[in-house]
Amino acid sequence: MDGNVEDFAETTTTIDRTQSGSAPIKVDCRHIDVFYDDKQAIHDISLEIEDRSVTAFIGPSGCGKSTFLRCINRMNDTIEAAKVTGEIFMDGANINDPSIDPVLLRSRVGMVFQKPNPFPKSIYDNIGYGPRIHGLASGKAEMDEIVEKSLRKAGLWEEVKDRLQAPGTSLSGGQQQRLCIARAIAVSPEVILMDEPCSALDPIATAKIEELIDELRERYCIVMVTHSMQQAARVSQKTAFFHLGKLIEYGDTEKIFTNPEHGRTQDYITGRFG
Amino acid sequence: MSSPTADTPATGTFVTDEALKRLKKRHAAEMRFKFYGRAAIGIAIIALVTLLVSIFGQASSAFSRYVLSYDLNIEASYVDPEGTRDPQAIERNVSGFNLMLQDQLADEFLSEDPSRNVQRELYGLFTRLAVLPIAHHTAQNMQTIGTEQVFNVALADDIDLYLKGGVTQRKSLDLSGLSRVSGSVESGVTLVLGTQEDAARLNEALTSLTRQDVEDSSAAALIQAGQTWFRMENAEGRTLQLTYLAGARTLPQADASVEALVLAQSQENRTVTDRQIAWTMILKEQGRIKSVLNTSLFTNSDSTYPELAGTAAAVVGSLLTMLVTALLAIPVGIFAAVYLEEFAPRNRLTSLIEVNINNLAAVPSIVFGLLGAAVFINFLGLPRSVPLVGGLVLGLLVLPTVIIASRAALTAVPPSIRTAALGVGASKTQSVFHHVLPLAAPGILTGSIIGMARALGETAPLLLIGMVAFVAEVPDGPMDESTVLPVLIYKWSTGAERAWEPQTAAAIIVLLVFLVLMNLIAIILRRRFERRW
Repeated sequence: MDGNVEDFAETTTTIDRTQSGSAPIKVDCRHIDVFYDDKQAIHDISLEIEDRSVTAFIGPSGCGKSTFLRCINRMNDTIEAAKVTGEIFMDGANINDPSIDPVLLRSRVGMVFQKPNPFPKSIYDNIGYGPRIHGLASGKAEMDEIVEKSLRKAGLWEEVKDRLQAPGTSLSGGQQQRLCIARAIAVSPEVILMDEPCSALDPIATAKIEELIDELRERYCIVMVTHSMQQAARVSQKTAFFHLGKLIEYGDTEKIFTNPEHGRTQDYITGRFG
Repeated sequence: MSSPTADTPATGTFVTDEALKRLKKRHAAEMRFKFYGRAAIGIAIIALVTLLVSIFGQASSAFSRYVLSYDLNIEASYVDPEGTRDPQAIERNVSGFNLMLQDQLADEFLSEDPSRNVQRELYGLFTRLAVLPIAHHTAQNMQTIGTEQVFNVALADDIDLYLKGGVTQRKSLDLSGLSRVSGSVESGVTLVLGTQEDAARLNEALTSLTRQDVEDSSAAALIQAGQTWFRMENAEGRTLQLTYLAGARTLPQADASVEALVLAQSQENRTVTDRQIAWTMILKEQGRIKSVLNTSLFTNSDSTYPELAGTAAAVVGSLLTMLVTALLAIPVGIFAAVYLEEFAPRNRLTSLIEVNINNLAAVPSIVFGLLGAAVFINFLGLPRSVPLVGGLVLGLLVLPTVIIASRAALTAVPPSIRTAALGVGASKTQSVFHHVLPLAAPGILTGSIIGMARALGETAPLLLIGMVAFVAEVPDGPMDESTVLPVLIYKWSTGAERAWEPQTAAAIIVLLVFLVLMNLIAIILRRRFERRW
């Protein structure tokens, strides 16, 4: 097993070298199939996600982009009927390897969900929960620092610094979503997965989140699912187009939106179907 | 309310006569439904009010009690005939105290040579056990031996009931006086009433109280003339033939006041005799009979005498039983619910378990009693009639209720909370215990308390494990023989004496107070839990 992992790590680095001067590969997915009971939701998808960039997954509803996203932090494990085959390498290690605990994986791969879902606790506890269970802070002072830093990175600090003990659910929808992003950042992940993070928000809150994603790109590998073509075009560097559980096209966002290779991609982004 | 009527002109294509008719029908249906709803609520409220009014009405007489405050000479020859001054021996010497009370009463009320029947009537004013508190007090305060002490002695239940207006219907007449009196207290007295009008009033009262629908019903009259009470044997116009009952042993003075107490039944047909009534009236006039709060209802244990019976042992028994029930049902129920809801794989086995838990909640409680008797008493050899076994049986009884309520509360927690916790790297167990369970706690708590309330009122399974035993002592622990409130209520309600009736109602109120308290605790806990978020 170990030998295998090393072999794959070897190949990963080879692939890295073949990349022409762009960012290094953070997540490398190979031949992913996902089944819900007998129904196959994802058909043999292979995809390389770059570090310190935003990768957008687009596609019509039910095309499997969320399912694929959830493979990256093994959230599909929590669904009993779901079965994932294939390999996903993060920094050269196969995350589907039984020796890798999904709990540890998820501390390195944070996730932000479609609907803001803060814990019904104080703002402070929302941020502090992750670091506490992972033992990232020893003492109150350190925890205070983590909370402040996370909130600052999420652009929420100025708005909530005077009411950290207020319940997280008392914030507005946009603030709640940024709180969830801050919560994800607090455990210092390397990858942040976002599942339609703006679909429940108004345009102003959406703009703020997009701005935030753009800033976070400096430090994290961000993968987001979105239904908005404009959003994908605005914030992402790479775009993957999914259809019926298959990856149709994957490439630089600019190229996908201006000169797609596949007719179906063209049809989708111009609104002819989906 | 403005409602569209049929003669409204059709203003648009969709306001046709047909549509208006349908609209009218819909409004009518709505009104009908509202009416049904209000009627249902009205019926429920009427039922509740009737229940409360009847229980409180019945119980009201049980919360007060008539006692005789009596100056008792604590004589050493009675209470401590051997002179050992041993507190335990004195406390156990109930017959000595009883004899002392009887002799002192006899000195005051009886002639030199009373008949056995008259003695028995006098002693019947009290129950034998009425001296228990006196014995207890004396044993605690040895220096009172040989002194005179004022005690409140509980009257017998029938006397108490009579004073509260029970036993028989009655009518008091204030007569204007007497014109002539002759004879002697020993052989009979002839009394002539002052006016013809008095005789007519007395006669009228006697006939009106004689009930035509009851066989052998004939009203009786007691006459108080001065300080003496007589029974009226015969009346001819103004002339009354009387026999002496109680009070001063002299003929009344010519200017003595005369009162008549007409009773609907003669003494053969009631539980209180004429002489007992006369003594009671005399004591009452002297101000020695008073109504006190019936604290023994809460401080005493069960007794065969209703005036001495209390709920203390049953309350403690119920509390101990509830404690065992809670310790069994709540943790096991919550853990089972958490496992089934959050961890168990969805397969044939778990759905079979689910179905069976739901079925178990519908099993008649008496079946659980049989199970308890077979398993805990016969197989495991635990003692009968103890709160431990009762609590275990009731715990099994409410376990399905707790599981179902807890599962419902867990299902109600939005799944986004679980994914949020998993998303920041919490393990399944952490996500359940840190987030899901605290959110479900108010619901789980409510379900558990409802289950406990059901257990508190349960009688049938406890009958089968022997918790019906007569228990005269407050249990010391869960392994001590005891009874519980609903069983006590059941037992009291089957008591023969009339005095058990208010007593039963009072015990029901005690049980209701417990239920209200439990609900109150549930509400307070729920509020606190909710405030934390």
